[in-house]
Amino acid sequence: MALAIELSGITKRFPGVVANDDVNLAVEAGEIHAICGENGAGKSTLMKILYGMQLADEGEMKVNGKTVSFASPGEAIDAGIGMVHQHFMLAPQLTVLENVILGAEPMMRGGRIDVAEAKTHLHEVGDAYGLTIDPDDLVETLEVGEKQRVEIIKVLYRGARILILDEPTAVLVPDEVDELFRNMRDLKAAGTTILFIDHKLEEVLAIADSITVLRQGKTVATVKPEDVSTGDLAELMVGSELPTPETTESTVTDEVALIVTGLTLLDEDHRPAVDDVSVRVHRGEVVGVAGVEGNGQTELVNAIIGTQATAAGSITLLGADITHESVRHRREAGIGYIPQDRHHEGLLLEAPLWENAALGHQTKAPFSSGLWFNRAGARARTEEIREQFDVRTPDIDVSAHALSGGNQQKLIVGREMSASPEVLIAAHPTRGIDVGAQAAVWDEIRHARSAGMATLLISADLDELIGLSDTIVVMYKGRLVAEVDPATITPRELGSYMTGAALDNEVDS
Amino acid sequence: MIEQSTTRRLMMQFAAPVGAVVLSIVMSAFILMIAGSNPATAYGDMLSHAFKLETSVSMINRATPLYISGVAAAIGFKMNIFNIGVEGQYRMAAIFAAYVGGAIALPGILHIGLILVVAMMVGGAWAGIAGALNTERGVNIVISTIMLNGIALGIIAWLVRSWQAEGEIVVVGVGTEPIDDSGLIPNLNFIPEIFGDIRSEELTGVLVIALVVGVAYHVLLNRTVFGYDLRSSGLNPFAARAGGVPPKRMIMVAMLMSGAVGGLVGIAEIMDKARYDPNFVGFLGFNGISVALLGRNHPAGIAVGALLWAFLDASSDILQVTGAAPKEIVDIMRGVILLSAVIGYEIVRRIRVRDEAAQAAARLAEVAA
Repeated sequence: MALAIELSGITKRFPGVVANDDVNLAVEAGEIHAICGENGAGKSTLMKILYGMQLADEGEMKVNGKTVSFASPGEAIDAGIGMVHQHFMLAPQLTVLENVILGAEPMMRGGRIDVAEAKTHLHEVGDAYGLTIDPDDLVETLEVGEKQRVEIIKVLYRGARILILDEPTAVLVPDEVDELFRNMRDLKAAGTTILFIDHKLEEVLAIADSITVLRQGKTVATVKPEDVSTGDLAELMVGSELPTPETTESTVTDEVALIVTGLTLLDEDHRPAVDDVSVRVHRGEVVGVAGVEGNGQTELVNAIIGTQATAAGSITLLGADITHESVRHRREAGIGYIPQDRHHEGLLLEAPLWENAALGHQTKAPFSSGLWFNRAGARARTEEIREQFDVRTPDIDVSAHALSGGNQQKLIVGREMSASPEVLIAAHPTRGIDVGAQAAVWDEIRHARSAGMATLLISADLDELIGLSDTIVVMYKGRLVAEVDPATITPRELGSYMTGAALDNEVDS
Repeated sequence: MIEQSTTRRLMMQFAAPVGAVVLSIVMSAFILMIAGSNPATAYGDMLSHAFKLETSVSMINRATPLYISGVAAAIGFKMNIFNIGVEGQYRMAAIFAAYVGGAIALPGILHIGLILVVAMMVGGAWAGIAGALNTERGVNIVISTIMLNGIALGIIAWLVRSWQAEGEIVVVGVGTEPIDDSGLIPNLNFIPEIFGDIRSEELTGVLVIALVVGVAYHVLLNRTVFGYDLRSSGLNPFAARAGGVPPKRMIMVAMLMSGAVGGLVGIAEIMDKARYDPNFVGFLGFNGISVALLGRNHPAGIAVGALLWAFLDASSDILQVTGAAPKEIVDIMRGVILLSAVIGYEIVRRIRVRDEAAQAAARLAEVAA
């Protein structure tokens, strides 16, 4: 059969990271091809290259047998490739029809839009692919699944024959997933090639004709669903060897520092993002939270820090109920926070380092006394952090954005650790930083742990999770689905829990 | 090397505003030539007028309310809140403060204090409406303050009407009840009189209030935890929130403070006229925004901006008298200064970002080597 897409030797480097490393991919015309992999495996980068949003550094790309190179999504669209992003790009106050033709309006003479022509064409597309939707409905009134259908129609309307779907099921409830899969089968029947990203393995096995697994930027294997189980896939994704945990002595005490009980949080669509989660962290203990990103980890962190309201459940810090306390109260009571995105929640990029060092601790010494901010104290502490945590900077008066990512992270870690927190919430504490800085951050956490700090560690990096944690809990679809021992866990088990594959097995057994 | 970079930082700080003024002088010269005036004569008239002692005093008098207005706007700007409503806030504050001041007689300092407190409370309350609408209902502060400006002007127009006799329109000699001398801030004439005769000009005592406001603004912003919270919210509201700064409360407090300071803008006029009358000075709120932008929200920068604006005001007067150039040239100059300063600041900011990144990278290489 003819190949719709053929990628060979695709390599894409970012400063410090190789996102795609000699990736090879062959997609046959008219098939549904799934791309699986953990976060950071390089799936999104690969799709961006294919859709013309990024240029590959090396490698060859063929579409329908012809060698191509896309400098923009416009060129990819011209070649018949369409992409549906995970986050919809629709104008809610416009109708379905208006959204579909936006940017590709059929014009009549005099610059008016040919609405009749647009409607006819929309119906043709809908009929050809079995996608039904009322063109006059306002998009804001549609359900999530219907909005997704509008996105797909939008792409087909522009003549796409190869469809890229980026995690299409992430936002859907089970009924909507079934509907989407029906649509995908219809599209396939009509001759469309579909390439989709997913890491829910049971879904992948249910719908895909072929599956390609990426790990750490490399293509690991391309398999047929009939030949593999979810367990096999999970092992391919995670790798056959897990890092061995550091054989440091356990410092876990009996004293519970942080108790989360029955915590539930709702997202914008009033669906539970965190669903009845309970976890305890003892003094001297690191509890790792494993899971594919987007399974409620961010919301769990927000709830503990206090930036997002809870729907149910309670949070207890050192014996005191803090469920309804302000962020400031929690920080003053001893919660340290390393946010997952340092630019978003961690730094004042335009402010000098010594002001950044005070953030989150501005109500305490040495940064203030009473209502007065203590500049000298803040500067002295910043110099200490710079010294102790090896923040490479010309001086402490430069703005935070002048530092490299690793040094910014060291500043944040230094800021939090030098305040000697009782409980540290660390979300991806070493994401995007170089190996040296990473080791320094790990050492700091280990050191503070032995001094009695309780840590909740959220990470997508298995080395980090297994190397640092005393206990690992796995989060899937907002729930804690397993508690495992990092010393004995196998990749297959961890992968199964993270991708939800283990849940089905449990039902079976 | 460190010293060099400090000098460079300082020079860059002033490059944009100085450049803006120079550019505006050059451009206005061209425009004056096209319009058939002699720029040299016009600029000469402006400068020689400004250097007269009585004009200097008059410039400081004009700059005083502008400065207070600039600080009011800057408090909001520091938090990324665009309080366009100082205009309405100071007018509402002025009419109520003048009314209370005229209705009640108290001994000296108490009387003045009462007028100031009423002005700050009314200004704060008027701004607080916009603050509450934003925190409780998510209403955009730019929109609500613009609306509140309109409502304030409407209320004042309605109050002013009630002073008019049936069937005739009088704008002279009417207004709120005159304030007794005990409620009026004494002038500071003794200072300029050291240097010579200031003729009929009087140096406003409100200058002292402006100085207090400036110092208080500086101390609050840079030396208190509250000021740190305010600035961090403006720089990155998400990081500030994760650092324990309550976003809604900060918006509310910033609006109340901005409005309270804004309430003081009209005090100079009240003290001058001892009442609120139908000819009460307008546009101080909007000009305050310009002055704050020009001064980069810095207490000293705003002062320079206010004096520059006051100088241009005075120049507009003298150009009308001498006829050396149409007075509208002053508005053109203001526009050019403001636009090019804002662009200049952004250019300087980008150069600074680049410089710092280069320095930090150099430092990294040094350590590695």
